[in-house]
Amino acid sequence: MLQRTIPIAILSLSGIILMLAYFSPLTTSWGETVLGWFNVLAAVAFVLGAGNLLRVNLERISAQRSGWAYSAITLVSFFAMLAFGLLKLGAVPSEKHPDKHFAGAYEGPTAPYGWMYEYVLSPLTATMFAMLAFYVASAAFRAFRAKNTESILLLGTAFIILIAQTAAGMFLTGWIPQDSVFAFLRFDSMKIAITEYIQTAGMRAITIGIALGVAATSLRLILGVDKSYLSKS
Amino acid sequence: MRWLRHDLRRMRWIAVASVPAIVLAQTAAAQVAESAARPTGIFNSDRLGLLVALVLICGAVVGCILLARTGRPLKIRKLAALEAVDEAVGRATEMGRSVLFVPGIQDMTDIQTVAGVTVLGRVARTAAEYDARLEVPTSRSIVMTAARETVQAAHFAAGRPETYNDNGIYYITDEQFGYVAAVTGKMVREKPAACFYMGAFYAESLLLAENGNAIGAIQIAGTAEPSQLPFFVAACDYTLIGEEFFAASAYLSGERDQLGSIKGQDIGKLMVAAVIVIGCALATVGALFPATGATGAVDALRSFLGG
Repeated sequence: MLQRTIPIAILSLSGIILMLAYFSPLTTSWGETVLGWFNVLAAVAFVLGAGNLLRVNLERISAQRSGWAYSAITLVSFFAMLAFGLLKLGAVPSEKHPDKHFAGAYEGPTAPYGWMYEYVLSPLTATMFAMLAFYVASAAFRAFRAKNTESILLLGTAFIILIAQTAAGMFLTGWIPQDSVFAFLRFDSMKIAITEYIQTAGMRAITIGIALGVAATSLRLILGVDKSYLSKS
Repeated sequence: MRWLRHDLRRMRWIAVASVPAIVLAQTAAAQVAESAARPTGIFNSDRLGLLVALVLICGAVVGCILLARTGRPLKIRKLAALEAVDEAVGRATEMGRSVLFVPGIQDMTDIQTVAGVTVLGRVARTAAEYDARLEVPTSRSIVMTAARETVQAAHFAAGRPETYNDNGIYYITDEQFGYVAAVTGKMVREKPAACFYMGAFYAESLLLAENGNAIGAIQIAGTAEPSQLPFFVAACDYTLIGEEFFAASAYLSGERDQLGSIKGQDIGKLMVAAVIVIGCALATVGALFPATGATGAVDALRSFLGG
C-alpha cells in the first residue's frame, strides 16, 4: 500500500510545487530544493547501478556462461577506472600542495585515469559513432526504394536536397536567373522551399503534438491517474 | 552474492519511491538556471499567457477525465504499433528467442522514459502470458529499478508472479556508446526475435534499429525526439510518433480515466490549431492591409504567448 501511496504523494506534491515555482518567484527556491533531492538520489542510484553491474558480471563469470570473457574485461576496466579515479593513482602533484597526494590532478592525459579516458574510452566511443555513417547509408538505401506513391515522394525530396547540397545543384540550375519566373526551378530554391516550409511545418506539427502529450502525461502522473510505473506487490 | 542481492532489493524500494520526484527535477534545473535574472513578486506577469494556456489545456484534460467517468462512450483510434505487440512477443515465443526492450538512454527525469517504462508493462505482461524471455538492458540505474517494479507488476497482473526473474533487467552503463556497443553486441550474439525501442534516443537510434533489422527481428519503436523519428521509421516495422508515444500508456491501460485524458489532449490540439489559424489570418491581413493594425495584434498575441 505504502509502496504506491508514497511515490504518488511525492510526485503530486513535487508537481504542484514546481508549477507554482515556475509562475511565482516567491516559490522558485522550492524548485532548487527538489534539485537537491535529485542529487542525493543520483548518488544512491550510482551505488545501485554499480552493485547490479558487479552482480550480473560476477554471476556470469562464476557460471562460465557464454560471453563471460566480456564480463571479465568489463570488471577489470571498471575496477581500474575506479581505483585510478578514487585513489588518484599516478596523479600529477599539485603546484600549490606538492606534498598532498589527493591534491594532484588526475584528469589530464599525463595521469593514468586521464590517459585511459583520452586514449581508450574516447577512441572506442568515436569508433561506435563513426559506424553511424554506414548505418545511415544502409537505412537510406532501404527507405528510398520507389515502392509506392509515398516512397516516390520521399525519394524525390531526398534527391532534390542531396543535389542542392552539392556543387551539382549550382552546376545544373545555377544559370537560371534568380529574378526570373523560373527561379523556383533552381535546386537551391527548391531546397529552401522544402526545408523552410514543408519540413518546418511538419516538424512543428509533431513538436506541438509532443508538447501536448508531455502536458497530458505529466497531468496523469500528478493526478495519480497513471500508476503503471509502480509495483502491484 | 546473496547479501548483495538482498541489499539491492532493499534499495530498490527507496529508488522507486524517489522516481516521481526526479521526473520533475529537470524542470527544477531549468528554473535554477533562470534564477540569475529572477523577477520578484507573487506572480511573474511575463508568464501570464503560458499560465492561461496551461489552465486551458489542463482544464480540457481534467474535464475529459471527469466526462469519461460519467460513462460517456470514448472512441480512440487503434495504434498499429501497440496492436502488433502480441504478434511480436508471440513470434519470439514460437522461435524460442528472447524479447529485447530498450527504454532509451535517459533517466527517469525524462518523461519519455516514463512513457517507455509504461509500455514495458504491457510488453512484460504479454511476455509473462506467453512465457517468453524478456531482456531489458538499461543505461540508468533508476530506470533499471523502475523497470523491475513494472515487470514484476506485469507478472502479477498476468497471474504468473512465480515466473518473474529480475536477472533479465540489468544496468550496463551511463555512457551512450558503451551502452549501444553492449546492446548491439547482445543482439548480434543472441538474436532476439522482437525488439522494442521506447524512450529517449539520440545518435544510437539507428545503430540499434539497423542491427535489429539485420538480425530479422520484428521492431517496434516509440520516441518523442523529432530528429530520430525518420531513422526509426526507416528501420522499424512500426513506430509511435511523438504524441502517439505519450498516448500509448493511456491506450494500453484501457482505463476510462486515462482514455479521457487522450480526448483532453485532442481538445488542446484544437485550441492550438485555432490560435494558429487566428495568428495566420491576422498576419495575412496585416501584410495585405497595413493600415488595419493587424500586425500589432500579431505582435501582441506573440508577446502574450511568450514568443
